[in-house]
Amino acid sequence: MSATTVDTATPDAAASGDVLRTKSWKGPIGLGAVALISLLVFGIGTPSGADTTFSVATSSDFVHLPTLTIASKLAAIVLSVIALALAGYSAYLANQYRKPGLWLPIVYGMAVMGALLSWAGAGRDNTSIQVTGLLTSSLFLAVPLIFGALAGTLCERSGIVNIAIEGQLLAGAFFAALMASMVGNAYVGLIAAPLAGALVGAVLAIFATKYWVNQIVVGVVLNMLVIGLTSFFFSTVMSDNPDLNRSLGLAALPIPLLSSIPVLGPVLFDQNLLVYTMYVVVIVFQIMLFKSRWGLRVRAVGEHPKAADTVGIKVNRTRVRNTILGGAIAGLGGAFFTVASGLAFGKEMTAGKGYIALAAMILGRWSPRGALAAALLFGFADALRVQLGIIGSDIPSQFLAMFPYLATIFAVAGLVGHSRPPAAEGIPYKK
Amino acid sequence: MSATTATEAPQQPQSPSRAKQVLREILESSTLVVIMAVVASLIIGAILIVIADEDVRTASAYFFSRPGDTLSAMWEAIWSAYTAMFQGAIYNTRADTFAAAIKPFTQTLTMATPLIFAGLGLGIGFRAGLFNIGAQGQIIIGATLGGWVGFAWDLPGFTHLLVAVIGCALGGAIWGFIPGFLKARTGAHEVIVTIMLNYVALNLLSYLLSLEAFQREGQNNPISPTVAENAQYPLLLGSQFPLHWGFVLAIACAFGVWWLMERSTLGFEFRAVGANPRAARTAGMSVAKGTVLVMVIAGALAGLAGSAQVLGTEKNLTLDIAGSIGFDAITVALLGRSRPLGTVLAAILFGGLKASGPSLQVLAGLPVDIVFVIQATIVLFIAAPPLVRSIFRLPAPAHEKEVAA
Repeated sequence: MSATTVDTATPDAAASGDVLRTKSWKGPIGLGAVALISLLVFGIGTPSGADTTFSVATSSDFVHLPTLTIASKLAAIVLSVIALALAGYSAYLANQYRKPGLWLPIVYGMAVMGALLSWAGAGRDNTSIQVTGLLTSSLFLAVPLIFGALAGTLCERSGIVNIAIEGQLLAGAFFAALMASMVGNAYVGLIAAPLAGALVGAVLAIFATKYWVNQIVVGVVLNMLVIGLTSFFFSTVMSDNPDLNRSLGLAALPIPLLSSIPVLGPVLFDQNLLVYTMYVVVIVFQIMLFKSRWGLRVRAVGEHPKAADTVGIKVNRTRVRNTILGGAIAGLGGAFFTVASGLAFGKEMTAGKGYIALAAMILGRWSPRGALAAALLFGFADALRVQLGIIGSDIPSQFLAMFPYLATIFAVAGLVGHSRPPAAEGIPYKK
Repeated sequence: MSATTATEAPQQPQSPSRAKQVLREILESSTLVVIMAVVASLIIGAILIVIADEDVRTASAYFFSRPGDTLSAMWEAIWSAYTAMFQGAIYNTRADTFAAAIKPFTQTLTMATPLIFAGLGLGIGFRAGLFNIGAQGQIIIGATLGGWVGFAWDLPGFTHLLVAVIGCALGGAIWGFIPGFLKARTGAHEVIVTIMLNYVALNLLSYLLSLEAFQREGQNNPISPTVAENAQYPLLLGSQFPLHWGFVLAIACAFGVWWLMERSTLGFEFRAVGANPRAARTAGMSVAKGTVLVMVIAGALAGLAGSAQVLGTEKNLTLDIAGSIGFDAITVALLGRSRPLGTVLAAILFGGLKASGPSLQVLAGLPVDIVFVIQATIVLFIAAPPLVRSIFRLPAPAHEKEVAA
């Protein structure tokens, strides 16, 4: 009813093709509520007179920055008020049917996190909050999530639900450790891991497209299968021959000049090859998926397979290829757990990271860029958990561990933005 | 099934003899597919056993000079593994008394108990078109609430057990209500919400176990006090056997679920909502109500699975209280085709596989993980009947039955 009135009132809406335009208040309300909590808990809750010390320097920096000591209460209040102001601005935009740019949630997130950190670090004279270390480990912990979420995005954009990310990560981790140990070179693991992931992806693709088995069933069962297989070989073949499971690590490869930028340098440009590969993979697939002919076809298959078939796109072939490609990328992410972390393979060592990757995919709205942002957020939550544990904060670590899961529930329930999966996801294509 | 085949038979060019027709019916039946899927999975298990066996590897080094050695080593490995499984799950042939010999089977039934509960709940969901991956979380929350009633409360006699069991069911029901409600109100996909809630539940339990109220005295590990004696399920066959009354409750629930789904109006609505939500809505049924109720019932049953753990076998809360039951139950419900009888039989099969773990470890030196592989491959094969048929060259039926869910 109201749609027609809106249409007549704003002619440009009809021109742009929008039939129904509703003011979306969920986002601003959510942001405002969190900012208010931040103000009450972190701002008012911080004891006055206490200081928080932030340390940003590392030894390899180009320019040495001093440690930063600020009044905790003042900082927390100022940052919370900034967050509140941003929530207000997003409400103002929502009232005008506009959407805030990507900068708003980023600045907002940094403000709330800053308030949280000044609260957590208040009055702890002996320890300081290691900002650079926190960011470095955020990025590092996000690596498997980014690869996993990218894999999920590639599969789901073509219409195949990939619950088997966990299994693909685990298979990649296992095979990377095995092959790297056999050859004695950690870099071999980076070649082996995608092969194992692709194999799991291929099984998923065959069952989904040839036998029309429910894709969620196959995904869940494949996860069990990979856990069973890797644990079995770990406890038999690998424990009989320790040479087959050695802890080999990829060396960090600092990029000259770039790595000596303060704060950002060590975080972004002093990592190992897997992290640099991740940068490339994210950029390539962001462009390929939304700007190339291949990407258009993949998305067509995922949204409306019949239409895609009508114009001559091979639906099932596209799906099989994408699922195998996705599996390979998730497998490569699995190399994180073994060769990229310098660890030997351990039983069920992915510990549910595949499901967090699935969450990052949803929160990132099925795009590589979004997946990157969501995975970084989850990686940050994980790194924060470790950091707060070190400085001995009062926040129970379990609640920080819950954060990615709760954020995802809120996202799919439509409380934070709107997430819509590809239309033909999970439906087998039968001619 | 047989009726349709019988009526279609005369239309065929030359009507086959009665014996041939019976044979054909057997070959086409889905029961045979199930049996063949189990056989195929045991063969895959055998291949893994052979790969992992040290003697086979030593013998295969000189395979071309003495192939017999390799083959006998292979046979030895497979035989010892599968006899160990049989002795660990069904009947211990090395025992002196009958009671000791049959003990493994009661262990199998004990292991099957939580799988029956949770599998029944998931089966209801599958038939109502809901993919509940969240049994794991529902078991955890159910066990937490019921376990807390069990060790923190002090109630006289039988009422303590009763309240604790209700607590378990309630905890699971709450954890099932959340995804059901979100699905009904906002359309949030239940698969995603239930997966996420599994981890929320685990972290919640981990937090609770760090509190004083849940911490066993004099312990730093996350372990709760033991559940009070009269809040535990009594043993069914005396102290010799591990089987407890939870198993009887599970069987009773199976009957209850059968009545609910096959005989009650509510069950009909559930099935209608699962088969065709639009038609159900047109017929005046509330899809939202159905969704929420199914998830609550499934959650309550998963919570009862938690009671079998915390009030039956484990008797205290740890982080590992749910083990892998939530995910095993998915395979149980799929193998049992979401029907109560099938679920009970599938739960006993997988309970047996689980129960054989220790004996597999001791007698054959194999890790229990092979059981997961066999379990997963069985379900993969079951889910794709055409695959099993093509492996064993079975004829395809006149019309393919839809796989559960």
